[in-house]
Amino acid sequence: MKYIRSALHIVALPLILLFIWFISTLGEPNFFIPTPQQLVETFINTWTADRFLGDVFPSLGRLIVGIALSIVVGIVGGLLIGSFRWLRALLEPTLEFFRAIPPTVLIPVLMLLVGVGDDMKVSVIVLGAVWPILLNTIEGVRSMDEVLADTSRTYGMNRVNTVRYLILPSAMPQIMAGIRQSLSIALILMVISEMFASTEGLGFAIVQFQRSFAIPEMWSGIALLGFIGVLMSFIFQLAERWILGWYHGLREIEQSA
Amino acid sequence: MTSEHKHPTNPVVSQSRVDETPDGRIPVGKTIPDEQPMLSVQNLKKIYHTDAGDMEAIRNVTFDLPKGQLACLVGPSGSGKTTLLKCIAGLMEPTAGEVTLHGQQVTGPPKSMAVVFQEYGRSLFPWLRVAENVELPLKNQGMDKSKRHHLVEEALDAVGLSHVPKSYPWQLSGGMQQRVAIARAVAYQPEVLLMDEPFAAVDAQTRADLEDLVRGVWQKLGVSILFVTHDIDESVYLGERVIILSSSPTIVQEDVLVDLPDERDQLETRSSQRFSELRHHVYEQIQLAKKGFRPEDAVAHS
Repeated sequence: MKYIRSALHIVALPLILLFIWFISTLGEPNFFIPTPQQLVETFINTWTADRFLGDVFPSLGRLIVGIALSIVVGIVGGLLIGSFRWLRALLEPTLEFFRAIPPTVLIPVLMLLVGVGDDMKVSVIVLGAVWPILLNTIEGVRSMDEVLADTSRTYGMNRVNTVRYLILPSAMPQIMAGIRQSLSIALILMVISEMFASTEGLGFAIVQFQRSFAIPEMWSGIALLGFIGVLMSFIFQLAERWILGWYHGLREIEQSA
Repeated sequence: MTSEHKHPTNPVVSQSRVDETPDGRIPVGKTIPDEQPMLSVQNLKKIYHTDAGDMEAIRNVTFDLPKGQLACLVGPSGSGKTTLLKCIAGLMEPTAGEVTLHGQQVTGPPKSMAVVFQEYGRSLFPWLRVAENVELPLKNQGMDKSKRHHLVEEALDAVGLSHVPKSYPWQLSGGMQQRVAIARAVAYQPEVLLMDEPFAAVDAQTRADLEDLVRGVWQKLGVSILFVTHDIDESVYLGERVIILSSSPTIVQEDVLVDLPDERDQLETRSSQRFSELRHHVYEQIQLAKKGFRPEDAVAHS
């Protein structure tokens, strides 16, 4: 009963939206808005195995590499910058400057510098997605509990263990919040990076459909992006529940007290 | 205790002092010759430099802790007890004077020292389970697994927590969390255990249990314990000796020997004649300290 109920909660709004869409496309056919049936049909015909191999998987590959690099660079950089006051003083104004630059304006420059291949696209993703993780990690390291830090010092924890058992887990709630923001930024930049001088990829395919007036196909591509977004958020939630189980439990107890 | 004199006529015995400084003055708190103490605090001074000006927290504190002694540091609130403890633990650098452990100057947290903090909720790693919390310092030392597990098991058993090794600390009550912190210190096998008002945040009944637990652990392990508290009853009940601190800027006001029997009992001991005499005396001294009284010899020494 409980499961049926929570399942209902999940599907209720999508069903209502589908129904409104269905009703509003009942009359005269509109060239720019396909009916739900049309879209499902187009989706199945458009996103074949070939398309997945040729466009979707390369895009997802670059997305995953981009996110992974952002996480590694963001966390390592954040741990270093957060741990040393002088490094923070040295880098913070510069970081603010680079953070303010939208990565999309760098695409033409990057095309000249690193070419039009995968490197450029991954660079664009990393240049946009690294900031929330980096800044959150710095903040997480800085807000370390003093008593906990003193405890580690009195037990003579070495550098490696201090990072592994104290600094990293203590900053983890903030790091995860940063990663969550980065995921949606990465997806947006993945699409945009494929709209310039590209020959394959999800973003490329959608733009091509648009230019050739294949409107239902274009919509099906947009729907696929939405599904990828949902899948990413689902995977993130699973990972978060596993990594931050202690944090949610602690919060629950603090709030009930 | 090297040379304690018991005066049947005198209700309270101040610790006798054996060594005198060259100028003939007797530093309060100095009880054993220089070569013997395990932990020694000499002319410790701590000034905080703030934007609003300097604040002298500790003026001049000298005392030492022989091997195996359980001494309580008691003082009015704001008497710099935590500052003093942090300096002893090597977490804070004194402005002047020094702390030595086995004759070695303490410049950072010494290996053979463990600290139990007042804020148990903030001194246990919330992302590690109870047993993992106790095990971590041992793991950090590179101790092998079977030995580690043995020590963890023993320590949790000693504090009566062998039934919850897989719980997270925040799933336990405050008193139990502080037991975990004590178990971690016990498993670490320190020579000196510093405790900074460890029971200030737990309820009265739990507190009585934890006091007996500390006495039990101390008798079993033979560690030296320096127990900081603002609770006069607690200091007399727990300690073999009570070091009374003045109000800030802090000096040692008096060093009192607690000549109660070794076996202590919450009911018997606390209702005994001697306990109430000692308690009375310490209470009086704390009241004096609050009024700003400072013993002459120690002041002159700074």
